[in-house]
Amino acid sequence: MRVNLTINGEQRSDDIDPRTLLVHYIRDVANLTGTHVGCETSICGACTVLIDGRASKSCAILAVQAEGAKITTIEGMADGDKLHPLQEGFWEEHGLQCGYCTPGMIMTAADLLSRNQNPTDAEVREALEGNLCRCTGYQHIINAIQSAAAKMREKKAA
Amino acid sequence: MAVIPKFIGQRIKRREDPRLITGTGLYVDDVRLPGMLTAVILRSPYAHAKINSINLDAARKVPGVVAVFSGDDFKDKIGTVPCVAPAENVPYHPVLAQGKVRFVGEGVAVAVAPNAYIAQDALDQIEVDYDPLDAVVDPEKALVDGAPILHEEFKSNSVTFAAVPNPAVDEAMKKADKIIRFRIHNQRLAPVPMEPRGVVARWDHGYKNLTIWSSTQIPHLMRSQVAEMLKLGENKIRVIAPEVGGGFGAKLNVYAEEALTAYLSMTLRRPVKWIERRRENLSGTTHGRDQIAYIEAAANKDGEVLALKGKFICDMGAYLQLLTPAIPGFSGLMMTGCYKIPALAFDQQMVFTNKMATDAYRGAGRPEAAFIAERTMEEVAIEFGLDPAEVRRKNFIPKAAFPAPTAGGLVYDSGDYELTLKKALDAIDYKKTREEQAAALKQGRYIGIGLASYVEICGIGPSALLPPKLKGGGWESCTVRIEPDAKVTVLTGVSPHGQGQETTFAQLVADEFGVDIDDVNVVHGDTSVVPYGIGTFGSRGTTVGGPALMMSVTKLQDKMKKIASTMMEVPPDQLVFQNRTVAMASDASKSIPLQGVIDAAYGYKTPIAGVEPGLDATSFYEPSACTFPFGTHAAVVEVDADTGAVKFLRYVAVDDCGKILSPLLVEGQIHGGIAQGIAQALYEEVRYDESGQLLSATLMDYAVPKAHMLPHYELISTVTPSPVNSLGVKGVGEAGTIGSTPCTFNAVLDALKPLGIRHIDMPLKPETLWRAIRDAKAKKA
Repeated sequence: MRVNLTINGEQRSDDIDPRTLLVHYIRDVANLTGTHVGCETSICGACTVLIDGRASKSCAILAVQAEGAKITTIEGMADGDKLHPLQEGFWEEHGLQCGYCTPGMIMTAADLLSRNQNPTDAEVREALEGNLCRCTGYQHIINAIQSAAAKMREKKAA
Repeated sequence: MAVIPKFIGQRIKRREDPRLITGTGLYVDDVRLPGMLTAVILRSPYAHAKINSINLDAARKVPGVVAVFSGDDFKDKIGTVPCVAPAENVPYHPVLAQGKVRFVGEGVAVAVAPNAYIAQDALDQIEVDYDPLDAVVDPEKALVDGAPILHEEFKSNSVTFAAVPNPAVDEAMKKADKIIRFRIHNQRLAPVPMEPRGVVARWDHGYKNLTIWSSTQIPHLMRSQVAEMLKLGENKIRVIAPEVGGGFGAKLNVYAEEALTAYLSMTLRRPVKWIERRRENLSGTTHGRDQIAYIEAAANKDGEVLALKGKFICDMGAYLQLLTPAIPGFSGLMMTGCYKIPALAFDQQMVFTNKMATDAYRGAGRPEAAFIAERTMEEVAIEFGLDPAEVRRKNFIPKAAFPAPTAGGLVYDSGDYELTLKKALDAIDYKKTREEQAAALKQGRYIGIGLASYVEICGIGPSALLPPKLKGGGWESCTVRIEPDAKVTVLTGVSPHGQGQETTFAQLVADEFGVDIDDVNVVHGDTSVVPYGIGTFGSRGTTVGGPALMMSVTKLQDKMKKIASTMMEVPPDQLVFQNRTVAMASDASKSIPLQGVIDAAYGYKTPIAGVEPGLDATSFYEPSACTFPFGTHAAVVEVDADTGAVKFLRYVAVDDCGKILSPLLVEGQIHGGIAQGIAQALYEEVRYDESGQLLSATLMDYAVPKAHMLPHYELISTVTPSPVNSLGVKGVGEAGTIGSTPCTFNAVLDALKPLGIRHIDMPLKPETLWRAIRDAKAKKA
């Protein structure tokens, strides 16, 4: 079956097995392996991408269900060599250790900050309800997201 | 010229992160090779059953399928999955079941196809004729006469029995004011790294060599074992640990799939990939803990503990993985914790049950020991009406006693337990919080204060400690090479998977040679590149890997000083490295560029007596002893009597890991450790039902905590350097986990003490607490 969508600004048109999950399409057809698979019951969030700007678990939908959508993955967050404030935040605040949950975390955080520019720590924790991390205990992730939020508010004000 | 700063001690950004935050890190599922096939494994739905027959005919006919095999196809072709720890009864462990299955999730057949979807289609066509047998999941029941026997050749379900008796314990029991008895179960846990396991194997039939990518913590040790399983020379096998998405001890192992995937590649002469699904990870990757302990503590009414005795029942599972029977030993030896308890005795019965094997999981035996020690202190306090902080103070090994021999026959390197307790109590304003607790109780609110002082044994370790059948000892390797352009390459035998040695080791090297941290590249995880190494586990990465690094650094410094001495006509012992120069310590203006020394070493135009060309040094460091990080955690919680929910009001962790090289990374390790320890106390448990069905087979059922389920951690550090190594480091990877479980447990029990509740089995889930509270209130009424 043919599927047409846009990933990180690039239009794609591919013939695929219709039962292909979106995450496998992203990883194996579009060859963007930054989006990870951590479970098969849509709990862990490692597969999180933005679909038309909203954080979505790409393991929980078929690629063909994303027909016509604009998808952003972790590979689309930086602007050339210029990192997104969230990527900078995770780096500066040691918001990652093994890195496996990190792309999903960043995509969920991007969605949060697009809707709430000034979240409380509690609101950040609640927003990450769909993303598991086993390494960090979450505190540095909260710091990373808050650091990015502050930077993004500043940029907006300027 | 700009002055190059010192990097050790700085809160510096990690070298690992640029690739990870951009999604360009290479994990095993990102390995793509031409012609690569995918293998998917069919697993047993029964906990215990005879396999009468397996019909693969229909599966083999599924369009696109390349091959389908079952366990018997590998009889005499692949050796047993290894257990190197000594035990009386070590069963043969086939890579896929032969004749019988012994736990839900045991592999039974494998299909290989161009992708996982087609391979799964093939699995759906496999017919297995099982004859279900009775299963046994309770280790105490497994020892009773008439219990189903897992391995007929042993005639019982005993794995091994070990006893460390001590008549002094019985003497003390006679003299003591009271013998306090309690039973605890450190429940079975699943490590759940966010990346499940995975293997890619490529057999090159032309060159007759094998490359294995595996999400492993121990590339060399695994290579040695797989070589034996496949009867291949180790010099023809390359193991690569790519980015590894978490391990926590679950990947400190050698698994069936590692040899199986390799064998499939050798047979099919194409690369083969196997990626573990989460369901497989929760059922077929090693579990942690699962120890029952019956404790007797001989105590006097002033709070002094005279002796400790433990009787352990340890649930090993159906088969023994690499170190399965070795883990409980730590629990016995470390039971006396931070305390000068003079007499210790314990025995440990290890048992087969129809479950997945247990093995190392963050702490590996020491969380169980700390829980025993800390519950003992709480029980003594409750029994005699004493303050739990006072009881600890009374029993602490004092600062002056170090290096301190213990009743378990260990020698603790250095410590100041009293200081960590004081800092923890000050941080939560202990006296004031007790007053607030009392006031809250009058209003019908249940607030609890939990304390746990812990010490743990890590920096594994002196080689004599490790099992004889493990190919490597407890040492570690490191090569340091200064390239002709003055950049530095470090090849380390440790295998980090989040711990950050690419950063910490670069900090050390940069400071030692006076170069920028960006000039240093740390490489790990490739057996064809780095010298034989033991890997990352047991909080040994910096503790054992670090001194190995420093040995090689020193060798190169000595050599370079000899060269510079000849060039500068200054004695070598007066020279230092700073700012990309070699300079006189007493007069920095007398210096030569580092590059000049490097040119001389490589160009070698003027040979120097006793100095070989080049700048490459390899060292192997054997630790003289283990190291002992320690601390005190304090938690203030409120338990909602109507819902059983636990809310953290404060969580304070005072930890001492010796000298701190990378403060940000140390914080991260403690945070992550605390999260897993709190999770054991409140949320997680691997559950099998009576018939051996796994009830916690998905992340919907196994409660790995989410961000909103964990508190804000307040960290305080004390620094008591370890005398064991020149860096003064003790290790920190597991310490947070060890202190946090008893701390959290003690806090909740303290909150419920007014209701007369003395004990509840972990995890302290809301439903569990609600029931306990309801039953206690009913009893009082």
